[in-house]
Amino acid sequence: MTEAAAQAAASASAVAVATPILSIRQIIKRFGQRPVLRGITLDVASGEFLTILGESGSGKTTLLRLIAGFEDLDRGEIWMGAERLDRIPAHRRQVNTVFQSYAIFPHLSVFENVAYGLRAKVTPKSEIPERVTKALAMVKMGEFAQAAPAKLSGGQQQRVALARALVNRPRVLLLDEPLSALDANLRRQMQVELKSLQREVGITFIFVTHDQEEAMALSDRVALLRAGLLEQVAPPREIYGEPATAYAAQFIGQTNLLHAEVRDGIASAGSITWRTSGVAGTATYSLRPECIRLVTESAGMPSADATTTRFRGRIRNQSFGGAMDLIEIDCGANHTLRARIASPGILSGEREFEFTANDAVRVREGEAG
Amino acid sequence: MYSRAYKTAVTIPPLLWVTVFLLVPYAILFCYSFWSVSAAQTIVHNWNLQNYLQLARNPIYMQVLFRSMRIAASVTVLALLLGYPLAYYLSFHAAKRKDLLYQLVIIPLWASYLVRGYAWKTILGSDGVLNGFLQYLHITHRPVEFFLYSPFAVIITLTHIYTPFTLLPIYAALEHIPRNLVEASHDLGASPWSTFRRVILPLSLPGVLAGATFAFVLTLGDFLAPLLVGGPSGLMISNVVVSLFGAAYNWPLGAAISFCMMLLVVTLLLITERLEKRLAVS
Repeated sequence: MTEAAAQAAASASAVAVATPILSIRQIIKRFGQRPVLRGITLDVASGEFLTILGESGSGKTTLLRLIAGFEDLDRGEIWMGAERLDRIPAHRRQVNTVFQSYAIFPHLSVFENVAYGLRAKVTPKSEIPERVTKALAMVKMGEFAQAAPAKLSGGQQQRVALARALVNRPRVLLLDEPLSALDANLRRQMQVELKSLQREVGITFIFVTHDQEEAMALSDRVALLRAGLLEQVAPPREIYGEPATAYAAQFIGQTNLLHAEVRDGIASAGSITWRTSGVAGTATYSLRPECIRLVTESAGMPSADATTTRFRGRIRNQSFGGAMDLIEIDCGANHTLRARIASPGILSGEREFEFTANDAVRVREGEAG
Repeated sequence: MYSRAYKTAVTIPPLLWVTVFLLVPYAILFCYSFWSVSAAQTIVHNWNLQNYLQLARNPIYMQVLFRSMRIAASVTVLALLLGYPLAYYLSFHAAKRKDLLYQLVIIPLWASYLVRGYAWKTILGSDGVLNGFLQYLHITHRPVEFFLYSPFAVIITLTHIYTPFTLLPIYAALEHIPRNLVEASHDLGASPWSTFRRVILPLSLPGVLAGATFAFVLTLGDFLAPLLVGGPSGLMISNVVVSLFGAAYNWPLGAAISFCMMLLVVTLLLITERLEKRLAVS
């Protein structure tokens, strides 16, 4: 896929935003000779929770730092309403950042950390204590106001960092992998709190993460970044159900990629064939493991019709997963499919499986690099 | 775990060194300060407080001590004024030139102290570089005498010599400031100047204190610079000690002054160490 095509695909999803609070236009950023962002166009809607998802090195943190003003872009524009954001220094932008490493001022108390932004912007002195107290209460850190940051745990510092940013009532809050340093339990708890906090304050959140589950759980929309280009921008359900590219399908959740030959409305990959409305030629389809069902003779299962397709395969491996078992099915000719099936009992030998033809989603074979 | 023999083997040599070359000489010095010199120019072991009383009564010694402290304070202030901006530039803005500039700061430390002292003599002297330059530009018509052999010359020379000592701890402190704190400050709406005042300066204060202590203590105890460029009006307390141990042959009085100086410096170091600990935040 060419850059232009990727761009067109990305802007198609971006256009959906009616009144963007932030408009990113054709951003290009290099570090020396190395291109980090290769033409990003993205609109962010007011009040939305947008996640920039990508592997390390995809450019997601750089994109965030460009919005915050810590880096200068090589080409492109960033607009906040009618204001050209990329032309003004970081300290005059109405955005605030929650840093991955918290960046709490070690020489100031928790209270003074939160008050920092208010004092910088010459807020009436009488207003400061009330606003700081409120912000600390919002993140449940009220009792720590006079504490020294060194005395706080990572999770507590993260809360202070959140309060310190939110107290300024930014138009957009940028969060750079804020939960990555927390342990798993605390992380899940903070995810829930972060989401409800965002609804409560109604501020636009741009959240950077490499964790696709986190992205799915929190976001209104996910912008999937790959090697400096947007792969797909869509709500989590859409990006999962209708991944635009093979990469998107594989990165977000697990999937089977079927390399098929399409002719006369029939796609065939090895021994498996199914109906498709796609154009003729070679194509790649993504079939989620949970879309594959086990055909059981006894239970009154409807027989195969035009919309479902059946195939036989040998059980190669079955791993117990509580509610769902993960089964590897050998369909011959080096073709292995993974299926996620609810409590099937112990399977062996050759069995018959089926899936609904529409669940095999045609994806583009995106080439990155 | 290390064996007992190993621990003993590593501890004994430095302990021995400190005892033989530091503790014993200080103890001897301390004893000397309570003795006196007879009319026949011999040292008499008659324990008394005469030397300390003389220091308190004779205004000459206090005058020289205060001058020394004034010079030390001036050098400290100048070294900070020169060293801090350079350290700040090195740490935050030098980018690719950082290594080169850092080396340029370090290189003078490899040159002998004497060479640098003499260099200032040739610069500040009446037919020196500075006077020649001023006359060439017709700013002055005859050599300016007070450049050399004055407290001014001592201050200039010692500032030149001790600025790197002041700069290095400041630079180290600045390098230790996490850069995301600076970004966080900008992010929260603080201008670069305000960020310097509210984040960078407070976090670099332990380095400033360490640098200032270096400059002050090293200057206070200096005797070569006043000897080379100070003249009679630029003499410092160490010169007095040197002459008491030399030509004047009054070791007991010299020992008493030395001991007072040592007390002064140790007290100073204890205070700054306390302050540094209080300023440093983990």
